[in-house]
Amino acid sequence: MTEKLLQIDNLFIELPTGSERQHAVQDLSLELTQGETLCVVGESGSGKSLTARAVMGLLPAPHVRVSGGQINFNGEDVTKATYDRLRDIRGSEISMIFQEPMTALNPVMSIGNQIDEIFRYHVSLSRSERIERAIELLRDVNLPNPEQIMNAYPHELSGGQRQRSMIAMALALKPQILIADEPTTALDVTTQAQILKLIRDMQTASNTGVLFITHDFGVVADIADRVVVMQHGIVVESGTVNQVLNSPEHPYTQALIGAVPSLMPREARSRSEKTVLQVKGLNKTFGGGRSFFGLGKLNREVRAVKDVELDLHKGETLGVVGESGSGKSTLARCIIRLMDTDSGEISIDGNEINGLSRAEMRPWRHKIQMVFQDPFASLNPRVRVGDIIAQGPVTQGVDRDEAIKRARELISIVGLDGRAFDRFPHEFSGGQRQRIGIARSLALKPEILIADEPVSALDVSIQAQILKLLDEIRDQMNLSMLFITHDLRVAAQVCDRLAVMRYGEIVETGATAKLFANPQHSYTRDLLAAVPGKEWKTGAKSTSVKSRTKSA
Amino acid sequence: MSTFWQRYKRNRSAVFGLIVIVLVILMAATADLLYAFDPFRLAGKPLSGPGLNGFLLGSDSLGRDVAAGIVHGAKTSLLIGLIATLVAVFIGIVFGAFSGYYGGRLDDILMRITEIFQTIPSFIFAILLVAIMKPSIVSIVIAIAVVSWPGVARLVRGEFLALKNREFVQACHTLGMNDLRIMLREILPNCMSPIIVIGSLMVATAILIESGLAFLGLGDPNIMSWGFQIGAGRTMLRSAWWVCTFPGVAILITVLAINLVGEGLNDALNPRLRERN
Repeated sequence: MTEKLLQIDNLFIELPTGSERQHAVQDLSLELTQGETLCVVGESGSGKSLTARAVMGLLPAPHVRVSGGQINFNGEDVTKATYDRLRDIRGSEISMIFQEPMTALNPVMSIGNQIDEIFRYHVSLSRSERIERAIELLRDVNLPNPEQIMNAYPHELSGGQRQRSMIAMALALKPQILIADEPTTALDVTTQAQILKLIRDMQTASNTGVLFITHDFGVVADIADRVVVMQHGIVVESGTVNQVLNSPEHPYTQALIGAVPSLMPREARSRSEKTVLQVKGLNKTFGGGRSFFGLGKLNREVRAVKDVELDLHKGETLGVVGESGSGKSTLARCIIRLMDTDSGEISIDGNEINGLSRAEMRPWRHKIQMVFQDPFASLNPRVRVGDIIAQGPVTQGVDRDEAIKRARELISIVGLDGRAFDRFPHEFSGGQRQRIGIARSLALKPEILIADEPVSALDVSIQAQILKLLDEIRDQMNLSMLFITHDLRVAAQVCDRLAVMRYGEIVETGATAKLFANPQHSYTRDLLAAVPGKEWKTGAKSTSVKSRTKSA
Repeated sequence: MSTFWQRYKRNRSAVFGLIVIVLVILMAATADLLYAFDPFRLAGKPLSGPGLNGFLLGSDSLGRDVAAGIVHGAKTSLLIGLIATLVAVFIGIVFGAFSGYYGGRLDDILMRITEIFQTIPSFIFAILLVAIMKPSIVSIVIAIAVVSWPGVARLVRGEFLALKNREFVQACHTLGMNDLRIMLREILPNCMSPIIVIGSLMVATAILIESGLAFLGLGDPNIMSWGFQIGAGRTMLRSAWWVCTFPGVAILITVLAINLVGEGLNDALNPRLRERN
């Protein structure tokens, strides 16, 4: 039962010369036994994915290579295995599932064909037997209509279905070890919960050892037996899931766990009577156009936003939560007039702005500003940070010297070094870039700030800092905020009220605490139930959480 | 800038190409010092071989100095190549930028126009244009520019299409910036690298087209050109090989060098495309 499947001893992975550090992974040791789930947790750049790849012999040679230590798989050192032996192991004895199922699957091969490939290369079965096995596999991972999915191509499936097919493929030959590299990061929470359950079920059924790479402590709480925490390529802590999550010893682990936002909603602040932003009956449809000359058939229509009603009061933070494709980003872009709407009213301080032309809109721009999701795409790589921040006021007709002075002030307000002014965006980390983005949006002294998933591209520890900064700024500048997020934990910490969106419609609105305690709509209940690790952080940690909400 | 040079330096043949180009430019710049006379002048005994009668690379059937022709011809080739490319890149950027940025109906119209130009074989089109306008340095530049801008337009359109939906451009919209400023200050600087690369390669093509036109007798009759020299020596290829050969080698080396430089620029400006080893 408790046979050791994998034992890694003092593993070193060397990076090419000129990298940030010499070793991606330093002196790493871990072991995995049958039927166990070992979570390797760490932030981006901690070396967790390279560890997983090293086990599969999939390091990007010749730049990155194992320079010391052993990876023993059933007593055989994988680092010294020949290429042919490695190929035998991969897929049949150790298999892997990846983060992004769309890129891990071959887009021009049907799912059935891709599963079939594994059987063709590793075992000799007749064609009909192989098809039968493949259908059986798809049924095992709870895919509806396995026969139909056999003939489907990856783009025809949803993200969750693709990941299920990947798991079916990975488990095709009943491997002894399954390596899962952030398998649910690209998925929505409700799908994530289903996939995690599936992995757990498959594991109990066939007693597989699972090496699970993740950055999300919620997922760890749900799935892990034992945990290894990595920082800068070094294991800083390891132990059972209880030890690590509830009594972490290393300061880094403590900081990471402390940074995970709690699901306990903040106390709602008193609500001002003044409405600053009102949205009524907003509709937005994509597609439906015809090609050149008006020929060809109509494109498929997608109703991205359906009859949305919102009002944002002075000084409050309204969260819009929903899964991908729910239309929340489209809503934000419609409100800030980056996209034209089909119908509806948008009014700022009682003034209708929907339908204004771009020139007419210009004087309203300074009232409403936006912070974007991806700090790497939202800053022009060719413009200096100072100019990025100052260009808003300059565009609005503020004197250049005055704008530069304001930019310098804002750089210090968002917590950056004054020298940042003359640098280019690529010289900064993700968190710092997001601070620059926030400074840019504040340069026009807006009354309303729309934050579109401002922390979803960041590591948890950075995420906590940015959320704190947004909180401070909101209080300092008396901002009203429309906060768009898919993460209910983040929403709980930031928002006074929530609007839950699905398929372009707002299904429920209400004060955050009330909505969390007593969700009315079934979809809200599903969302709440799917949050990973919810038992873990609401119960034991509630005391420290309370102190944090007070200060916010 | 230093990292740009470091990346460029890694491509040895690109460095070689750059050296050759610099030599050709030096040669063109000092043409009036090296051969301080009209290259059309009758300089001595016709059809002298290389090294004979004081001709470094021989003379042609009218006694013109081949070496002087090459040196002065370098001026013509480089000048026409450069100016024609600049004009073509300018037209291409205007078409591509408006087309990609605004999309929709305007994009349809501009791209159909571009396609009309692309469907006509470019060299024949250039011959036609020069024949209509009468051969002169201006008409040659126009002809070359007219046949080479569609490639740039398509490239720039693609870049603008990809960049206009990036978040940093959307951020500029939310700040109330006007379209022209967004196109010029925000998007265009981000697609300069591919434009520089395609531009450098277009210089080589332009030199080839110019030589081809001159070879067919459609060059500016008052200006010495490599293509004209080859055309003049073509009938005597068996008896006086040097008249054609040296200008031909000059074209070969220059075009090759420009292509190498273009390749090197591509590696240096788009480092992510490289990763080959």
